[in-house]
Amino acid sequence: MDIVVLENVSKLYSRRRSRQFLRTYLAHWFRRPRAVEAFYALRGISFRLREGDSLGVVGPNGAGKTTLLSLIAGLTFPEEGAVHVRGRVAALLELGSGFHPDLTGAENVMVNAALLGLSRQEARARFDEIVEFSGIGDFIDEPLRTYSSGMVMRLAFSVAMNVRPDVLLIDEVLAVGDQEFQAKCLERILRLKRAGKVLVCTSHDPELLRRLCDRGLWLDHGRMAGAGRLEEVLEAYQASVAAAPRG
Amino acid sequence: MSHRNYAFLLTQLVLRDFRIRYRNMSLGVFWSLLNPLIMMGVLTLIFTRVLRSGGTPNFHVFVLCGLVPFNFFALGWVSGTVSIFGNAALVKRVLFPREVLPLATVLANCIHFAIQIALLLVLAAAAGYRPTRYWLLLPVVFGLEVIFVCGLALVSSSLDVFFRDVRYVVESANTVLFWLVPIFYSFAVIPVQYHSLYQYNPVAAVVLACRNIILDGKAPPASLMWKLTLVSGLALILGFMVFGHLKRRFSDYL
Repeated sequence: MDIVVLENVSKLYSRRRSRQFLRTYLAHWFRRPRAVEAFYALRGISFRLREGDSLGVVGPNGAGKTTLLSLIAGLTFPEEGAVHVRGRVAALLELGSGFHPDLTGAENVMVNAALLGLSRQEARARFDEIVEFSGIGDFIDEPLRTYSSGMVMRLAFSVAMNVRPDVLLIDEVLAVGDQEFQAKCLERILRLKRAGKVLVCTSHDPELLRRLCDRGLWLDHGRMAGAGRLEEVLEAYQASVAAAPRG
Repeated sequence: MSHRNYAFLLTQLVLRDFRIRYRNMSLGVFWSLLNPLIMMGVLTLIFTRVLRSGGTPNFHVFVLCGLVPFNFFALGWVSGTVSIFGNAALVKRVLFPREVLPLATVLANCIHFAIQIALLLVLAAAAGYRPTRYWLLLPVVFGLEVIFVCGLALVSSSLDVFFRDVRYVVESANTVLFWLVPIFYSFAVIPVQYHSLYQYNPVAAVVLACRNIILDGKAPPASLMWKLTLVSGLALILGFMVFGHLKRRFSDYL
């Protein structure tokens, strides 16, 4: 069964978006309208992901990788085409977005669990597991500002993983914590994959993608520059990077 | 998201707001009491000693009946207005019902509101106003004000994403409203031909109802309660409509 389907999806970013003050709207009325400068953050993207599929997205900065994940997560909507997603999505776009430094680790866990859509019962039942997985220990009752950045990331990752998603989106966030914790994270993600969940991740680390993903998608200036088996896509992408003139 | 998860999220966000605010204040709840007490003192001093308008017994309780609902209105509306922009990182990266941000912010202000209401009731009792069965109407009156502020905050917070000027408009509107609500004057000074219109302002209606109940020891007129219910209910419906219409584009503009 198809879990994630993108049909000819285009996402437009126009300069109009920067008009956030009243005076710029007013100025726009009085001036002769110029041709609206617009560019496509993504253009003509189509693919289908079934249960157990894992897609690694590669491409240079600004190619549209994060926009693609935001579209799948339902955080933003396409101007053209359609996005269909079945089941619960967990997006690890930027870990700890809902964390507050003055709250304790435990309080932050509950707030974040609620934001990610867990019920009170689910949040309570999984609380110990989240703390256990993060390895934070007794620090869980200390304010977050006393944590090291690695500890914050570990806690954020533990909450997100315990949402038990059907679709997991990971954006460059796996450089979390020490080697031991990274290995634990990878193991947890691979377990989701084996359970038939769908995985979409972006990374500049080809080794990481090889461990996690079977399929590849290469984005360049918002267009699909390549798609297929991960190994082939990575090869083509790396060849183009090597061939590009420097400086 | 089911209703129960929605309620859980709302509670967690209200608790978050409350904890953050009170952990950063060494005197905690005391600040909720200090502001209305100072305003009450200043207004009472001016109107009984300097301007000597006279005629109103227990002017300090009279003023506090106006200040408490107005304070909640002004603070709740302003903080609700900036709640989406203030949580931009969250809105852009986590999918949750966006409505909970302005609603939780307004509801977090209710904790101050409750403390200030307690202060009002204590001072009223100390001044010799005995509780009557009409005091049972107070939660209804204050509840309707909360609904009204939630509605306004839903509208203004969603517009604030597209026009960052909205927060300044709200601040100015609050300054104007301070004079359009009977805080330091009584309803009787309003020209009779404007009485009916004046009562359509829910904040004024709350203050009037509050004075009826506490100072006069009687039920507020039914017409006043109907106007308060009507405008507050419409504000909430309008709020959800405007917000629902605009929320899809939030993350593109933040």
